[in-house]
Amino acid sequence: MLIKRNRPRFDEKTAEQITALAMFAPAGLLLAFFLILPFVNAFRLSLTDQPLVPRLITTTNENGDTVRVQEAAENVGLDNYRDLLSLRVFRLEAERDDQGQVIRDEAGNIEYESARAYLRPAGMQSLAEFNLLGSRYVLGATDAPFYRSLANIFTFVILVVPLQTSFALGLAMLVNQKLPGKNAFRTIYFSPVVTTMAVVSVLWFFLYNPSSGLINSFISVFGLGPYDWLDHPASAMISILLLSIWQGVGFQMVIYLAGLQEIPEELYEAAGLDGANTFQRFRFITLPSLRNTTLFVAISTTILAFKLFVQVDVMTFGTGGPSLSTITPILHMVNQGFREAQAVGYASAIAVVFVLLVLAISLVQRRVLSSER
Amino acid sequence: MASTTTPRALTDIRQEAQSLERRARLRKSVNTTLTYALMTALAIFFLFPIVVMVVSSLKPDDQITSDMRSINAFIPRNTTTSNYSCPDYNQPGSACSPDGTNAGLFERMPFGRVFFNTVFITTSIVALGLIVNSMAAYSLARLRWFGRRPLLTLIIALIIIPFEAIAVPLLLQLRDFPWITDAGWLNTYHVQIFPFVADAFSIFLFYQFFIGIPRDFDEAARVDGANPFSIYFRIILPLSRPVFATVAILQFLTHWGSYLWPLMSTASAGLEIRPLPVAMQIFFGQAPRQWGDIMAFATLATVPVLLVFLMFQKWFIRSVAASGVKG
Repeated sequence: MLIKRNRPRFDEKTAEQITALAMFAPAGLLLAFFLILPFVNAFRLSLTDQPLVPRLITTTNENGDTVRVQEAAENVGLDNYRDLLSLRVFRLEAERDDQGQVIRDEAGNIEYESARAYLRPAGMQSLAEFNLLGSRYVLGATDAPFYRSLANIFTFVILVVPLQTSFALGLAMLVNQKLPGKNAFRTIYFSPVVTTMAVVSVLWFFLYNPSSGLINSFISVFGLGPYDWLDHPASAMISILLLSIWQGVGFQMVIYLAGLQEIPEELYEAAGLDGANTFQRFRFITLPSLRNTTLFVAISTTILAFKLFVQVDVMTFGTGGPSLSTITPILHMVNQGFREAQAVGYASAIAVVFVLLVLAISLVQRRVLSSER
Repeated sequence: MASTTTPRALTDIRQEAQSLERRARLRKSVNTTLTYALMTALAIFFLFPIVVMVVSSLKPDDQITSDMRSINAFIPRNTTTSNYSCPDYNQPGSACSPDGTNAGLFERMPFGRVFFNTVFITTSIVALGLIVNSMAAYSLARLRWFGRRPLLTLIIALIIIPFEAIAVPLLLQLRDFPWITDAGWLNTYHVQIFPFVADAFSIFLFYQFFIGIPRDFDEAARVDGANPFSIYFRIILPLSRPVFATVAILQFLTHWGSYLWPLMSTASAGLEIRPLPVAMQIFFGQAPRQWGDIMAFATLATVPVLLVFLMFQKWFIRSVAASGVKG
């Protein structure tokens, strides 16, 4: 003790600093190299025309020999973002005959000129055609699949987050009752969480089969169906949603279960004395006590849902079909950067837009949900 | 008069009370029955795909499809193991493959190898991650040094970055990056392991736990001359078993199903280093699509994990709960 005290404190402090740094370093360096650097690179690459496989060009070196070298990626500024995000509305003229009369079809609807005449020179594809104030318009985008992927993912998120969150809460309340055997049910509800998404996607693909699938057989008992499930643009995303909830809801259930068990029993007893019924107890005790849990569940489900990829990739064979009804931003990014186009620069622009989107949504969500009373 | 009415009134009240009680008991038992009915219906919803998968893996292909129209989908009939293995499928007179083409899963793909790959990759990520992340968290939570506050803020900020967003730049970054041998990075085991060893969320979970351990423990050890590293090993580690289990299970659940990154980073490798989810996708796309073989694959990929889960289900559920309570 005495000896220690006489030693200068400085040494001990330095030693602690060095140990601390050394213990942090492995994780720190790995994160820097595998997370921060590629994240910074995503921004940098999004401003270039970097391909996945470097282009080889023939050139002459200083000795006058012809050599093949890798062509450096060029800086293209914001071109990738322009190609990704450009939207334009074109007004379509009505078709007129030789006398200048508007041509109508048998049903009496005005026939308009083809939107292609406008879209093709602008390098765009049609996103939607609509009538507004007596005129017909077409909305074109240079990357229509990207906007389709945004529309799809927003639909998915808006449906899956409330559905999965409330389903999880319902399950948690069900297995939180003091009933014999509740642990067995808890285990059963959680078990899909430990299955592999790629594997269960294949399994559900089989169950969804329109002609010989079990799900159509089952609903036919109630006089429903048969539906085309994955083969129809209107139901494909719903089918993927159902499978996603089946696989993921057990996770959120357990988080809610932990939240429920923290609510003091006395609150319910007091409410019971005041004559509160089951619904009132749920509305005025359970829900408010679970606010932080709900915040966590909703935000984490949202972020997970935005990353939707495995199910869609496996079940649609990477196409996001039928007719792009299940394409998602991550699938589009993988297809652009890695599969069809192999345009890393462009894919990085998608990644950057995606990160900003997820960030913005989770900030808004945090604000909205935590200010709610 | 009063003496005759009072007992009668009492009996009335008693009877009324009894009938009320009976009614309450009845309502309670109806409620309980309904609850169990609902819980059972939900259990069927969560279990039926798994049951169909296992049962179908034991049926011949044509039987699988025809049984999907009825309850027979859940009943093993004409059971066979030929979907798993049919070693003599190309021999004339083979019992499991009369037309000579019906090979089983094991003949069609190196399933054992693929399973091993996933186990090896996931275990490596989890094991290395436990060491690296807990050390970093210890450093942030319990040591006084200059990097403490800014680095903690940085770690929390990193949690939000989705891996999907950095996958393509990372692929490009690793393509030409040197590795200790000539193998490089792409199409190897290590490309599937090292990017995931350090994990911001794991560090955060460890940090939360370590910050709650009373300081008196390490002060006492420090007085006895222990250095920070031996405090970590001798005092913090033994006290932190629950958080280690939590992080291990969460990391396991995340990486067991890893699909996007192996798909990209091992694109030109064979199945000898690729994991289960990618193999499932390949096998699914492979002609001829024999559902029996696919169900055999799905069963073998799922059932072992389900068994491990059943053995440690308490820990699994506790870990997930911890990720929400503290997150």
